[in-house]
Amino acid sequence: MSVSAHEAAKPGKGFRLDLKTAGPLLALILLVVLGYSLNPAFLNEGNVTNILTRSAFIGIIAVGATFVITAGGIDLSVGSMAAFIAGVMIIIMNWAVGAMGASIWTVLLGVGCSLILGIGAGFINGFLTTKAKIEAFIVTLGTMGIYRSLVTYFADGGTLSLNNGAREIYRPVYYDSFLRIPYPVWVFITVAIIGWVLMNRTAFGRYCMAIGSNEQVARYSAIKVDRVRTATYILQGLCVSLATIIYVPRLGSASSATGVLWELEAIAAVIIGGTMLKGGFGRIGGTVIGALILTSIGNILNLTEIISNYLNGAVQGVIIVAAVYLQRGSLSARRKKAE
Amino acid sequence: MSERADLAVPPILSAHRISKSFGDIPVLFSIDFDIRPGEVHAIIGENGAGKSTLIKILSGLEQPTSGTITYQDKTVVLPPNGEAAALGIVVIHQELLLAEHLTVADSIFLGRELKSGFFLRLGEMRDQARAILDTLHVRIDPEARINTLSVADKQMVEIAKAISQDAKVIIMDEPTAVLSVAETTTFFEQIKRLTAQGVAIVFISHKLDEIMELADRVTVLRDGQLIATLGTENLTPDSIAQMMVGRELSNLYPPKHEPDVDAEIMLSVRDLAAPGISGISFDLRRGEILGFAGLIGSGRTAVAEAIVGLTRKSGGSITLRGNAVEFTDVSQSVAAGLAYMTKDRKGRGLLLNVGLQPNLTLMTLRKHLRRGFLDGKSEEQALERAVRRFDIRARDPSVPVGKLSGGNQQKLMLGKTMESEPDIVIMDEPTRGIDVGTKQQIYHIIAALAAEGKAIIVISSEMQEVIGLSHKVLVMRNGRLAGQLEGAEIVEAEIMRYAAGIKQGGNDERISA
Ligand SMILES: Nc1ncnc2c1ncn2[C@@H]1O[C@H](COP(=O)(O)OP(=O)(O)OP(=O)(O)O)[C@@H](O)[C@H]1O
Ligand SMILES: [Mg+2]
Repeated sequence: MSVSAHEAAKPGKGFRLDLKTAGPLLALILLVVLGYSLNPAFLNEGNVTNILTRSAFIGIIAVGATFVITAGGIDLSVGSMAAFIAGVMIIIMNWAVGAMGASIWTVLLGVGCSLILGIGAGFINGFLTTKAKIEAFIVTLGTMGIYRSLVTYFADGGTLSLNNGAREIYRPVYYDSFLRIPYPVWVFITVAIIGWVLMNRTAFGRYCMAIGSNEQVARYSAIKVDRVRTATYILQGLCVSLATIIYVPRLGSASSATGVLWELEAIAAVIIGGTMLKGGFGRIGGTVIGALILTSIGNILNLTEIISNYLNGAVQGVIIVAAVYLQRGSLSARRKKAE
Repeated sequence: MSERADLAVPPILSAHRISKSFGDIPVLFSIDFDIRPGEVHAIIGENGAGKSTLIKILSGLEQPTSGTITYQDKTVVLPPNGEAAALGIVVIHQELLLAEHLTVADSIFLGRELKSGFFLRLGEMRDQARAILDTLHVRIDPEARINTLSVADKQMVEIAKAISQDAKVIIMDEPTAVLSVAETTTFFEQIKRLTAQGVAIVFISHKLDEIMELADRVTVLRDGQLIATLGTENLTPDSIAQMMVGRELSNLYPPKHEPDVDAEIMLSVRDLAAPGISGISFDLRRGEILGFAGLIGSGRTAVAEAIVGLTRKSGGSITLRGNAVEFTDVSQSVAAGLAYMTKDRKGRGLLLNVGLQPNLTLMTLRKHLRRGFLDGKSEEQALERAVRRFDIRARDPSVPVGKLSGGNQQKLMLGKTMESEPDIVIMDEPTRGIDVGTKQQIYHIIAALAAEGKAIIVISSEMQEVIGLSHKVLVMRNGRLAGQLEGAEIVEAEIMRYAAGIKQGGNDERISA
């Protein structure tokens, strides 16, 4: 009665994968159709690039969050981390302009600092959760408060603005395009592809999944649990840093209001995309779609008069809950059908 | 053996022509089954035969695809999610389902708390829990936390819970798989007490001698078919085994080939101390099978976990082929050619929510990298090899491993451990929950591995297994080595004497040597 593992695996797998990816993608398509029917301007090239560019911030952060969540962790600090990194970048670039004038090197210095800060902040989160054995929720709740208040302190309660000379040089990173696609979108695409490969085609991704579904099994299976966990937070920090690098030239400033609630939007994107909050199962493609869905909602509300723009958060909330409900619902329906 | 249930007594619970399919895969075909008050009815069969599925249907956890269930003379549709317990049908699962942080009393009354208005009557629940535990003649403190109890005690708590629910039918899935000999004896006394009160007991076991001792009737399943239901008086362990596997079983244990006296010493442990154990010293030679016997909780697993680096040792030394080693995590011991197979396959051994392939290769993913990326082909081939070598029967290999039958999970875990191609293997309860046919296979695999020049430690609570396999046996008691047996000394009575502390070998110079 036993079937060779090989033959039976194929049809089953393909079918299930289809159903799982289909959910969020279908929702996005529906949203696009809805947006277009409400206001055809929704699909104008300008608006589409606008949506894509805006999704890039949340999307890039959410790709990092997918790893953290898949490995059974959570990072609440990403929003304030972004604000903090943006603040420090601006301070350092302003200082560099003062010391040696504005040049491309000023910007590169800022970018370098951002990367170091992101990786460092991620490492701190990872270290505290794995070595000091404090729950991720608490550690990142703590660092979230710390970064937020630090940036407020640096800005003295106001706004940190980037020196005009440096801003002129840095501006294109957000506003210019390559092959008619803005740079932030390119960064997003690259991060998503690397993230997908990492998650699905490397041992690291498999380890994240294993740790998230049962840490003990991972430990008994010769996986360096602490190291992999820490790596997910570092990856998250790196993603926040990249998002900040493309965010700073947009406004050229940072304040205590920068990046507020990004952590929740990132987590929402991850969850809408089908990754399980309790860990063990992560989908990068879903996360990308999740980020697009969230931005599209805001955009559609902007373009139409039916619902006030102030209700953006409410609509997003409804969509998140509905998306998760549908995923669960379709899961149990399928189970029932199978029996 | 308990009083033979009177054949004239009508069954309290019966199943008629039960069939069950998961998706397109049929696992049970038109099974008839019944149980009378005061009777012990055993279900046996090979791994994956459908035993667990049958009892899930008998307790409402799964609904049959076709067929009917009659309970107390009425045709019923049993409610799902364990609500059948309220009707008097209680299941004790093999993986004990107790919340680790609750107290014993809390657990017994979980979901049926005694309340006055909004508040819990804590004192009363405690007293009632104590009364029930007293009737079982077990000494468990109702206020102890579950996570401080031994497995055997946890099982007693489950039984106490069943009794407090006024169970008429108690269904147990491999209740003795995790019990040592002594614990099994107490457990059997409880069962006899229950049947004397008219409770009907259904139980699954792979231990045929137990079945002969305890059961009144035996139902044999093979590949989802009902082979026979017979009274135990007409049966012998051999005839049961034959019905189960459908062929004659001879030579359960392969012949022993003693390792050469001058064979290389692969693993040498001196004065090892770690949480729960101390003063552990032994040598393991190439080609040798070293058995670790002892009661459950005697520290055998702690020794293994300290050796491979799962716990930190507090003293002593470990030498691997002449090199002193100090492992701080499993990846190091695996890299050094030493693999440990846990006894806790659900909690520590396998990822239950993913398929066979990721589980098999989890420990050795590095082998399946091509230019840094995972090579699915190579993983697939590994699975094909393991399926063949260990005879893993999964009707659909993409189904989550948690849905495989227990025995097939065990075989998969064995495959996973052997994937790392270790020189030294420590197997903790390697045949837990495995049917006799497969046991025989596994014993032969173990013997073949030893003959190939691997060094093997087998930790087992099954005395026969230790005796049948080992060249040398170490008996542990209370975290220390109580004695060492070799060759003709390896007999049950001797092992029991050391394990129970009647005989002390702690000063035996062979051990400290
Ligand atoms: N929920 C499920 N979905 C799909 N297949 C299942 C499910 N539950 C059980 N099966 C399959 O049904 C068959 C019978 O399983 P079952 O657990 O009843 O075996 P068993 O006789 O208890 O074996 P063991 O002695 O190994 O515990 C197995 O092939 C198993 O893979
Ligand atoms: Mg079973």
